[in-house]
Amino acid sequence: MKLRKEGGGIMSGSATEPAVLPPSPAQIVPTDLSEQMLELDDDDDLEVFSKDVTVTDGGAFSTSDQISPCSLLNQYGFEEEEGDSNVKDIFVTVDNPESHVTTIETFITYRVLTKTTRSEFDASEYEVRRRYQDFLWLRGRLEEAHPTLIVHPLPEKFVVKGMVERFSDDFIETRKRALHRFLNHVAEHPILSCSEDLKVFLTAQAWELTSHKKQGPGFLSRMGETVRAVAASVRGVRNRPEQFNAMQEYVESFGQKISSLDKIAQRIVKEQKEYLEELRECGPTYTLWSGSEEELVEPLKGVASCLDRCCKEKEDQVRQLSEHLAPTLHEYALCADTLKAVLRRRDNIQAELEAKNDALATKKIDREALKEDIDKLEDRVEWANNALKGDWNRWQRSKRRDLRSAFVHMAEKNVDYYEKCLAVWESFLVSQRTEFGDGAERRLPSTS
Amino acid sequence: MTTAEQGTTLLKTMEINVAEAEKRTGKNAVNMLETYTVYLIETRPVDTVSEGISPTPDSLWRRYSEFEILRNYLLVTYPFVVVPPLPEKRAEFVWHKLSADNMDPDFVERRRVGLENFLLRVASHTALSNDKIFFTFLTEENGWKEIVFETGFQAKADSRLKALNATFRVKNPDKRFAEMKHYGDELQSVISQLLRVRARVADRLYGVYKVHGNYGRVFSEWSAIEKEMGDGLQSAGHHMDAYAASVDDILEEEEHYADQLKEYLFYMDSLKAVCRKHELTQFELEMAAQDLSSKKQQREELATGTVRTFSLKGMTSKLFGQETPEQREAKMKVLEEQIQEGEEEVKEKNSECDEFVNNAWCDIERFKDQKDHDLKEALISYAIMQISMCKKGIQVWSNAKECFNKM
Repeated sequence: MKLRKEGGGIMSGSATEPAVLPPSPAQIVPTDLSEQMLELDDDDDLEVFSKDVTVTDGGAFSTSDQISPCSLLNQYGFEEEEGDSNVKDIFVTVDNPESHVTTIETFITYRVLTKTTRSEFDASEYEVRRRYQDFLWLRGRLEEAHPTLIVHPLPEKFVVKGMVERFSDDFIETRKRALHRFLNHVAEHPILSCSEDLKVFLTAQAWELTSHKKQGPGFLSRMGETVRAVAASVRGVRNRPEQFNAMQEYVESFGQKISSLDKIAQRIVKEQKEYLEELRECGPTYTLWSGSEEELVEPLKGVASCLDRCCKEKEDQVRQLSEHLAPTLHEYALCADTLKAVLRRRDNIQAELEAKNDALATKKIDREALKEDIDKLEDRVEWANNALKGDWNRWQRSKRRDLRSAFVHMAEKNVDYYEKCLAVWESFLVSQRTEFGDGAERRLPSTS
Repeated sequence: MTTAEQGTTLLKTMEINVAEAEKRTGKNAVNMLETYTVYLIETRPVDTVSEGISPTPDSLWRRYSEFEILRNYLLVTYPFVVVPPLPEKRAEFVWHKLSADNMDPDFVERRRVGLENFLLRVASHTALSNDKIFFTFLTEENGWKEIVFETGFQAKADSRLKALNATFRVKNPDKRFAEMKHYGDELQSVISQLLRVRARVADRLYGVYKVHGNYGRVFSEWSAIEKEMGDGLQSAGHHMDAYAASVDDILEEEEHYADQLKEYLFYMDSLKAVCRKHELTQFELEMAAQDLSSKKQQREELATGTVRTFSLKGMTSKLFGQETPEQREAKMKVLEEQIQEGEEEVKEKNSECDEFVNNAWCDIERFKDQKDHDLKEALISYAIMQISMCKKGIQVWSNAKECFNKM
């Protein structure tokens, strides 16, 4: 009782006491605490609790989620195949960045459009404006509520490398697209898309959002979580199930490879830009030359114009690379970090369990209470493991789809670039050949 | 290179090849050991080839410095001809991959091609190809140097000072030559700029292609940890490697284009030399005419007794008294002789000048046509190169796309 209250409000103070339950009310709770929950429903501060009295049975679930058809269906059903794309009933877009200037600061807001047929939404369309901080908040809440689910990463706060000016158009555009991708990944996730926080994020007016943000675990309770997490990771987990070892290995390797690819993609963009800079000088030089000639004026001007066209196509190609492949690779590099964190959190829960089991063996204090705690922890561990396993497969599918599409897109744009340049040079050749007769043969190296 | 075959004299009867290059070591003029390259010149009568028989060609070895001597000889002996240039002595306008080392095999190969081109151009020129020294160069390995030096061509070379003087002081050069000289300067400037830009572009292009090779490496490593994506990644990686490797051929082809531009860059020196020679002959004509004119004036003054022009002699005679009639008559006689010589000289110089102008302008027109033709062809071959590069790119990336789709 005491714990729950502390977990719920700003009054929390027992950060240091080991707790069976996580202080955050948004954490997964075993069903046998439903009585306690109903008591707390009277507390007006705890809006995050579901007031839906049908929350009484079923497997473990998140109390912060309103019960909706999708969450009930999807509890253990992560392993569904590509079918989840067939039931897409919520569409979100992020666009239209705008600058806001106040006396204290300047910041950018983005328009977030939602179209949905889901019954838990009052309307079918919403339009709100959100700033980067709001996205950060949302992601934080989702991670807290679902520590062993894989939440798509957000673009970083600042780009130190490359000295991108915080409010440059390029930076804002890149961030906007990344925020769009983030929201879409969340909206497609069977569990995360049912999050109450997500709903508020998508639908609430600015003041409503601010007020909603103030609810939720206070700073000190979050501190408690962190301290316990550190303690747990120091303890370390002893018997990690093999499949999580395999995941760990995969994530390490994958992280390395994707980071390499991220760097390579960025390097290619850089090299292409430098090539373009030099190429820009060619056309004008041929034009300059044509000024001194008579017979050669036409072919020289022709070559100059071809080169200028090729420069434009190269610009396009580079822009495509910067806007698609590079950001996607970067995101999946960040994903690797997310995955490591998820695995760590799962480990921590198991470590807690192991610690309690150890305590059981040694301490004599209150074995009954300890056994209860252990039971709850065991459930928690099982739930966490299943959640992760399910979401892992889901993430793998999503990763495969995203990376495949990004690389295919790059290859397409490269083909495009060469095709356009080919057309330009071929039309030049045609124009020269009609003047030149049939003499336009390859100049062969002299073999006499 | 193909234009040389439009061929007139020597090339009609003789087939010329610079077939090989070889390294030699020997002692040089200061008795130090040096390594140098020699080139094999092969010649064969044309009719045997066209009949399908291929007898062993005659051949001899020459080094670059001997080509230089031949060219200098031609420059001096045929001042009205725009003499073809030699390939560059040292590699210039390089981008990072090519070494500037004269011993580098790529450089030697390109030089071999350039030397052959030079010989073909000379052999297809009506005047130059009939030169005996040229013929001997192609056919007699030993003793050629002595023969060419015996012609004393080095002494006949106009000094640079003389030429410079003429450039600044000639009063009535033929406008066409002045324009040609100006054109020569412009073309040198713009082609140099183009070659510099091209070198930088080549360098950057190399970078772009080669970085893609990293994709190949990482895809391969990544495919090892993926189940479904592995195959697609692996095969895509191969295409990335192919893409990275393809730039070497592309840039090698581009070197040929650069060489074509360089030939005309160096040709401009010859063109300008012809223009300067005109200035020199014109200048000498003007000097002779001026000399004649002043002598005539002196005669007039002597005859009429009036001094219009200042002369030291005139002043001194004023100061120290008039000359005697005998003295005056002697002077007059000398002057008359000088005037007659002068008139002949002017006549000679005039016809020299005219002849030079005619011959030179004729060769310049020939050169202009050749240049327009060759450069147009070069631009077209540049376009063809770009097309080939684009086609390769389309193929590689289409293949890669297929592989990515299987990821």
